[in-house]
Amino acid sequence: MLPESAVPLPVFPVPALGPALPEIVLAAGALVLVLVGAIRGERSTALVSAGAIGLMLVALALVFLAPAETQTTFFGAFVSDAFARFFKVLVLIGSIVALMMSHDHFRRLGIDRFEYPILIVLATIGMMVMVSAGDLIALYMGLELQSLAAYVIASIHRDDARSTEAGLKYFVLGALSSGLLLYGASLVYGFTGTVSFEGIQLALGTGGASTGAIFGLVFVAAGVAFKISAVPFHMWTPDVYEGAPTPVTAFFASAPKMAAMALAVRLFMDAFPTIVDEWRQIVIFISLASVILGSFAAIGQTNLKRLMAYSSIGNVGFALVGLAAGTEAGVQGVLIYMAIYLVLTLGGFACILGMRRGGVVLEDISDLAGVYKNHPGLAFCLAAVVLSLAGIPPLAGFFAKLYVFLAAVEAGLAILAVIAVVASVPGAYYYLRIVKVMYFDEPVAPYDPMPAPLGGVMVVSSVFNLIFWLVPAPLFAAALIAAQSLS
Amino acid sequence: MFGFGILFGLLVLPLVGAAFILVQRGEDEATIGNVRWAALATTIVTFLLALVAWARFDTGVPGFQLVETHAWISPEIAFKLGVDGFSMPFVLLTAFLMPFCILASWETITTRVKEYMVAFLVLETLMIGVFVALDLFLFYIFFEAVLIPMFLIIGIWGGKRRIYASFKFFLYTLLGSVLMLIAMIAMYWTAGTSDIERLLAFGFDPSLQWWLWLAFFASFAVKMPMWPVHTWLPDAHVEAPTAGSVILAGILLKMGGYGFVRFSLPMFPDASVEFAPLVFTLSVIAIIYTSLVALMQEDMKKLIAYSSVAHMGFVTMGLFTMTPQGIEGAMFQMVSHGLISGALFLCVGVIYDRMHTREISAFGGLTSRMPLYAIVFLTLTMANVGLPGTSGFVGEFLTMLGAFQANFWVAFFAAFGVILSAAYALWLYWRVMNGPLEKPALAVLPDLTRREIVMLAPLVLLVIYYGVQPQPILDAFAAPTEAVLRAAAPALEGAATALAGAQ
Repeated sequence: MLPESAVPLPVFPVPALGPALPEIVLAAGALVLVLVGAIRGERSTALVSAGAIGLMLVALALVFLAPAETQTTFFGAFVSDAFARFFKVLVLIGSIVALMMSHDHFRRLGIDRFEYPILIVLATIGMMVMVSAGDLIALYMGLELQSLAAYVIASIHRDDARSTEAGLKYFVLGALSSGLLLYGASLVYGFTGTVSFEGIQLALGTGGASTGAIFGLVFVAAGVAFKISAVPFHMWTPDVYEGAPTPVTAFFASAPKMAAMALAVRLFMDAFPTIVDEWRQIVIFISLASVILGSFAAIGQTNLKRLMAYSSIGNVGFALVGLAAGTEAGVQGVLIYMAIYLVLTLGGFACILGMRRGGVVLEDISDLAGVYKNHPGLAFCLAAVVLSLAGIPPLAGFFAKLYVFLAAVEAGLAILAVIAVVASVPGAYYYLRIVKVMYFDEPVAPYDPMPAPLGGVMVVSSVFNLIFWLVPAPLFAAALIAAQSLS
Repeated sequence: MFGFGILFGLLVLPLVGAAFILVQRGEDEATIGNVRWAALATTIVTFLLALVAWARFDTGVPGFQLVETHAWISPEIAFKLGVDGFSMPFVLLTAFLMPFCILASWETITTRVKEYMVAFLVLETLMIGVFVALDLFLFYIFFEAVLIPMFLIIGIWGGKRRIYASFKFFLYTLLGSVLMLIAMIAMYWTAGTSDIERLLAFGFDPSLQWWLWLAFFASFAVKMPMWPVHTWLPDAHVEAPTAGSVILAGILLKMGGYGFVRFSLPMFPDASVEFAPLVFTLSVIAIIYTSLVALMQEDMKKLIAYSSVAHMGFVTMGLFTMTPQGIEGAMFQMVSHGLISGALFLCVGVIYDRMHTREISAFGGLTSRMPLYAIVFLTLTMANVGLPGTSGFVGEFLTMLGAFQANFWVAFFAAFGVILSAAYALWLYWRVMNGPLEKPALAVLPDLTRREIVMLAPLVLLVIYYGVQPQPILDAFAAPTEAVLRAAAPALEGAATALAGAQ
């Protein structure tokens, strides 16, 4: 029996685990997969790969089944709201599809290691924590988990000089940007006295922004710009996209882009909404710079993966137009943009992955010459994707641009919208060039037969692209609910 | 039927035909034949349906008719379709010209026939969509989407410089249109709706009108095309296959004029009055300058293309006179030019198919070998010049009449265009058809085949019919024109008092 005068032991309440259930399931599953891989060795790649896909499908179902209201746990560090769920769905879809498209490719290259699916799952957990982060520490934790897995994935083809170079570049620049972000976060913490987004918002709202906090904001913004590959922190993107094996590039271009953009939106809209005038100029600048660079720099490219890299820089710029508005409609625009961009990216990379002749992986635009003849499906899918990326109605990409411009004009940023939209016209040139090569040029020999998952992704992407304009309302409504949950 | 109206049917029908063609398998002659017949049948049925719509349409009513609304993006942005007196004739014109395009491609298009027909049928849906859309964003979608099939048509089945021409066409018109999108967004936020019917009644602030007008002008002026942004048109026309040229001249150019009369004039009347001198200047320059350029052309298609720019100059001039005669005349001129230029391009196609050149100097003295062709070509040339008794005369005369009321000097200079058009058109006819038949290659040319007669006769007859009986079309334009002028009346009066005060 304890004496009554004794000091009671400090009691730490166990945080509710329910809101983080998808992440927990993924983490536990990843450990099981590691064991399976370690015990069964390289033979287990197919099994681990299927297991990883199944695991992520379970997580996807759990995200869908999660209650509609906002839940916080881990003392505010983890938020499960409609916004987080929206992006988790995108991240999971991106990861699942990227993984589905990888297996055949890696098997042919002889690098089908069981570590790859596990790393994808780990990166996915990191991304899901990123989009659910309620304070700076959780944010950084998620970011690093994602990044560390991604560095390894980039250099997964370790006998290939380009792949290792890509991994190294990604690592050095990624570490630098993480450092910037961390430094900025420490400044923000130092000048507001808290790491929670809510607390930062309150502190900045009452006391106004001190110079130190703004310094922190700038560093954080720079770190985020690195992650979403926005100008002027975009330099790593073309090299990494080109160097990494194509399925890995498909992964980098889809899921991590979603998570990084979610992180940017949550940071600016949740932690710094009271000093919107301070960060809006930064966002406007990086947005315009990205749109313009994305439009012009891609013109000279001959490699499809490099071209997709510049295209992603430009598209991030367009999405940021919505963030620059700093309103609910702006966030809705960003969400719609990223959702549509995800489908387009996956469709585009499915087409690029289908380009292989006599076992040789093809990556040049000129390799697409006349594919309409032998592969009408691939040609149609890629044409729809690039025209959609150019924002030509009635394809889905048009609605992505429409919504961010709607938000920008509503927020009084009509000039920004005008410059961005005019800058998109030279961008249309290089997208059209792909259509030209595919449809106007003379056909050459057909590609090797394509694995079924690629065809499936192409069909889904094309149907989405063509049908979206007839039934756009469901996505817009979901994005609106997600945007409302943020404020 | 199923909650969808006749206009929705007009949009869906060509797509059904396109879907049917897409599922056809095989490259043999029989399949290709089926594809051709399927395309022809689809366009004819669509035209018949357009006639039904026309029968149900009451020209006496000024507002929108056959309106149908379907849920789309939000309560404020709906999938709304409808026609009024301005748009109905263009729906008919589009549906009417399509079967001729299919016929014109019957023997000349031998590669990738399936894709060709699908592109044309999709194009038909999109063009009809432009004229029946009653929502800003829906209009923009159709207006822009037209670029994709047209880009493919020029780029795949075009001539030697097809790639240059298709890129120029696409990027020029895209650059013009994107600004319009931002203006539409601004209108949406200002008025709280994108419903065209409600926007027509909204009344925008004059200072905002100024910007909106310029943005819309950028788009429609390129599409029209007006001098100095017309340079894409001759290239596109020369490289496009015959049917592509017919659609370009017959319908695509009309979208610009339709846009002016649907948006710029009624929604931004103050800005329209203010900018009228600019439009007049550009129009007169277009009329005179492009007519002179047309005189110098060596290529028949290029000559007709430049003459199109000149005729479109009359249209923009007529529209911005803000007089009943001017607007109705301009609208009539567009319909008439759609028939005449379409038929002229078909005529060029006829001899191009035989000789595989469009060089004027390669021909001469065809009259003796091809008497039927000579009759058709002469009639159309005269209509292009604006000879009384052809539909070309009515439009030109009415726009000039309107111009005289608005500004004497504009009409004075535009009149030179009439003379010049006679010069280039008659000279073209003389060089191609008259004179001795000296070139041996020409001596064996057959006259019009039955397919070509079927293709050209209706157009020629209509050109003459509307020349003596323009009333049915003008009646359709009368009611909406009146509505436009009523909306513009305060702005016109304001300008008149300001002018009087200045004197």
